[in-house]
This record gives sequence, C-alpha cells and structure tokens, in this order.
Amino acid sequence: MSTVRTPTSTPVITVRGLRKSYGTVEAVRGIDLGVSSGEVFALLGPNGAGKTTTVEILEGQRDRTAGDVWVLGHDPGRNERALKRRIGIVLQSTGVDPYLNVQETIDLFRGYYPHPLPTDEILDVIGLREQRKTLVRRLSGGQQRRLDVAIGLAGDPELLFLDEPTTGFDPSARRGAWGMIRNLRSLGKTVLLTTHYMDEAENLADRVAIMVDGRIVAEGTPADLVRRDSATTIRFRAASAAGEPPAGLGAQPTDSNGGYTVTTATPTETLHALTGWALERGIELAELSVSQPTLEDLFVELAGRGGGERGDA
Amino acid sequence: MNAFMLALRQVRYENTAFWRNPVSAFFTFVFPLMILAIFNLIFGNRELDVPGGTTHTATFYVPAIMALSVIYTCFHNVAIGVCYGRERGLLKRTRGTPLPSWAFLFGRITHAVLLAILLVAIVTAFGALFYNVDIPSNTLPALAVTLVVGAATFCALGLAVTALIPNADASPAVVNGATLPLLFISDVFIPLSDAPRWLTVFADIFPIKRLAAAMHTAFNPFETGAGFEWVHLLVMLGWMAVALAVAVRYFSWEPRS
Repeated sequence: MSTVRTPTSTPVITVRGLRKSYGTVEAVRGIDLGVSSGEVFALLGPNGAGKTTTVEILEGQRDRTAGDVWVLGHDPGRNERALKRRIGIVLQSTGVDPYLNVQETIDLFRGYYPHPLPTDEILDVIGLREQRKTLVRRLSGGQQRRLDVAIGLAGDPELLFLDEPTTGFDPSARRGAWGMIRNLRSLGKTVLLTTHYMDEAENLADRVAIMVDGRIVAEGTPADLVRRDSATTIRFRAASAAGEPPAGLGAQPTDSNGGYTVTTATPTETLHALTGWALERGIELAELSVSQPTLEDLFVELAGRGGGERGDA
Repeated sequence: MNAFMLALRQVRYENTAFWRNPVSAFFTFVFPLMILAIFNLIFGNRELDVPGGTTHTATFYVPAIMALSVIYTCFHNVAIGVCYGRERGLLKRTRGTPLPSWAFLFGRITHAVLLAILLVAIVTAFGALFYNVDIPSNTLPALAVTLVVGAATFCALGLAVTALIPNADASPAVVNGATLPLLFISDVFIPLSDAPRWLTVFADIFPIKRLAAAMHTAFNPFETGAGFEWVHLLVMLGWMAVALAVAVRYFSWEPRS
C-alpha cells in the first residue's frame, strides 16, 4: 500500500482505476470518481451494475482488487477508526436490534462517535419523534429505513453514504426522504448516494455518474448529461391522405396509422420544415409534441447499450 | 468514551434487548429448572450414603444441570444470536462504526457468561429449596473457576460454529445437532454405565463431558480436596484455543449467501 499523503484541498472522495473481482466475475471494471466537499453525488445504474460494490469499498466494508481509493484523506481498505468516526453509512439492507426502541438504538450508535448529534435533532431530521419509545420490531418498513438513516447520522458525519435510501418507499415517503437529504446538503454534508431511480438522481444530485456493467458510462450534472445527448424528439400523426412526410426530415413511422417520430439536433429548422409541409398539404398534425431528452431516456439508452456489451462478452 | 467503556456499554444494551423478548428469556431460565424437576420425578430423590456422609441424589443432578445451563446460555445463545445478527445486517452495520470489533463480541460474550452465572445460582437455590440439595463450601473456588472456564469455552465454540452455519434459520438445528447427542453420552442426562467402551472414549474427546465431570467434582459437598479437575479444565481450554483460532480465521460479519 502506498504512503502518499494527500493535501487537505483533496476532494472528499477520489477513486482511480478501481477494480473488484469476485472469482472470475468482474463487478467493477476500472472506474474513476471524484466527489467534492458539500456535494450530493449520485451513482445511478441498474441492479447489478456494481454500485453497491463500489460504495462498500469506499465505506471500508469490502476489499478492492486494484486501484487507488481515498476517502477524507484515508485509504478505507485499512479499516481505520479515524475514518469511521468521520463517515456515516446507510447500508442497503437494515440491521438493528429488534428489541431495542428507537431512542435506545440511536443512543447506542451515538455512543460510538466522539461528537454525536443530539438525539432530539436526529429524531427531528428523520421524523420519528413520536416513535422514540417504540420497539424497532414494531416500526413499519419505511420507519425502519428512516431509523437506518438516523444511525448513519448519529456521529454527525462529514460524509454520508446512502445505498438505495428510498428503495421500497411509497411516493410520499420518498418525497420525505428527499427533503431530508436536501436538508443534509444544506448542513454542508457531502452525500454519496446510489439509486436506480432517475428522478431521485435528477432531483437530489449535484452530479451524477451513470454506472453500467461495472463501468462509468457518463458523468456530469443532470443538465450536462441531458445536453450531451441533445437530440430533441418530435412526435406527430399525419393523415394518410397527405402522403409520406418529406424524406429530408428523416421521420420514422411508429405505427401503421400515420404516427411518426423525428429525432433532430436542430429542432427549429426541422419544425419549420415539418409545419411548412403540413400547411402546404392542408393537414393538421395531430398529437404534435416536442420533447427534450430526460435523464431517463439517456439512462435507458446507456443501460441498454451496456447490456448488449455484456451479451457479446 | 474509551474502548473498554464502550465494551461494557455493549453488555448493558445486550441485556436490555435480551429481557425485551420475554418468551425467549423465560425459557432460557425455566428450561434447566424443568429438567431438574423431571430428573427428580423420574429418578427420585433418595437419601444416599456417599464417602464422607449422607446426601440426596438431587445433589448430583445439580452439577449436570449447571453444565447444561452453561452450554445453552453460552454455546446456543451466542451461536444463534450471532447468526441472526449477521443475517439482519446488524454485524455488518456495527463494523461500519468506530466501535472496535472486539468490543462488540465482548458485549455478546460477557452477557452470555453473566446469564450462565445467574442461571447456575438459580439452579442451586432451586435445588436447595425444593430438593434438599447440599451446597458445598470448600470447593466454591473450583466451582467458580470451572464455571468461568466452561462458559468462556462454550462462548468461543459458539462463535466458531457460526462459520459452519449457512443462515439463521439453520442455526438452532446445527447447534442442537452438535450438543444433543453429546449430552446423552456425556453423563449429563443419564449416567453412561453400560455403554460400549469406544463410546465412552469418544465422549471424552468433547468438552461437554469434561464440563459435566468438572462441575460434578466441584459441586460434591464431600469432596476432600479443592475440587479442581485440572485435566478437564485443560481439555476445555484446548477446545477454547481451537475455537478462537477458527473464529478469528473464519468469522463472518456479513450474511452468507
């Protein structure tokens, strides 16, 4: 292990060429990451992409096969208490003693850290003040998940790992969790979260890395990622009496009933040509819509491509 | 808080959680008393002339029940508890905190040893109150040492055996499968007088018979010596060393998949 000292201006997380194999299976295939202080960074990807493996290596829960990893200036592979005091971990699956109550559980974990957050403050952040004397086993699934987050916050961490924090939540519970994560960000915490929900990454993250099949296939702010894949989609329906749309538009039929889509990098020009054609033929373009790509479109496209590569390998 | 205070604090939380599951706690304490009552019903509680005086046969049931208590509170409780904690993710989550690993295990083990001591005291009191059991005096140090060595050995074995248990649901079957046959051939439930010699020799290998025999001597009110069964204690310590080596090498903080 190298003994390189990192200056204090180093980002909170730096990853270079990280690889992890389980036997012959390569779960993480050489990734680079950088997360700065105060940032909410989302690792987005389908199930099995290697997100949890990556996060668990950063948390110090798992060894790596190759690469350099720095978290708050520490190598998490060394299992140092000094690092564990400064991070909070919310694992994908819950795990607390079912026979302790909410307050006892939070206090148990607070005791492990040198400068814990006050219990009442934690209870307020996660919204379990009413349940403070309730046994863990009597909490609902969503409440237990919030208690997980509470334990992650117990030590007032500089960096919080959230591995799929809202999986299994109903929509209102998800909104609540999002509010909580935004709240953490306003407190200046750095948050690394994994998710397979596009809207979650889009709503919460300052930056997103899309991970597919062990590799990072795209990285940037949600707006950047969408802009990168900047083709606009125009959809319309034309009466068959009008004949085929002009070949220059590149319209692709979507059904046998006159439905078309056009993908274009120059939407103004394309729309002008399209509406000109329609006016000339005296027809109405039914169901005309113009849409910007969403992160979801990009994700589906990238995930599909990744799946194809895996099939070829 | 320093690491040792944290470790003691773990004991307190383990204890709180233990008593919150009253059914489990009830049976942990009632089971050995039930066995003692059944022994008295089946085998009777006759007056018995032994070298040094007269006592009741129940006096010889008590050390066997003590051994049983230690095996259940230490081996069974630790192994099953660790398997459930492992499967729930409690172990993995705790490992992500600054709590030293040893402090977590110290909490579990110390709590089990305290339960064993409490249970042994209750069994003794129950025997003295209801079955005219004679309590020894000059062998009490030997009894204490045997109890602590036995409890530590079976806690270590409880940790080690978790390496063999695939999931929490399998844990009661595995620990019972390990102890129940040995309890029958180790003079705990029944004296093994007419068994084939190879079976006696086989039972001698394992720590259950050693614990029961050491308890028997240390609880004998007419024992003229100090009551230490050094060979039995050493065999138990040998098992403890092997168990700790296995636990250090193979103990898992994550669910086995």
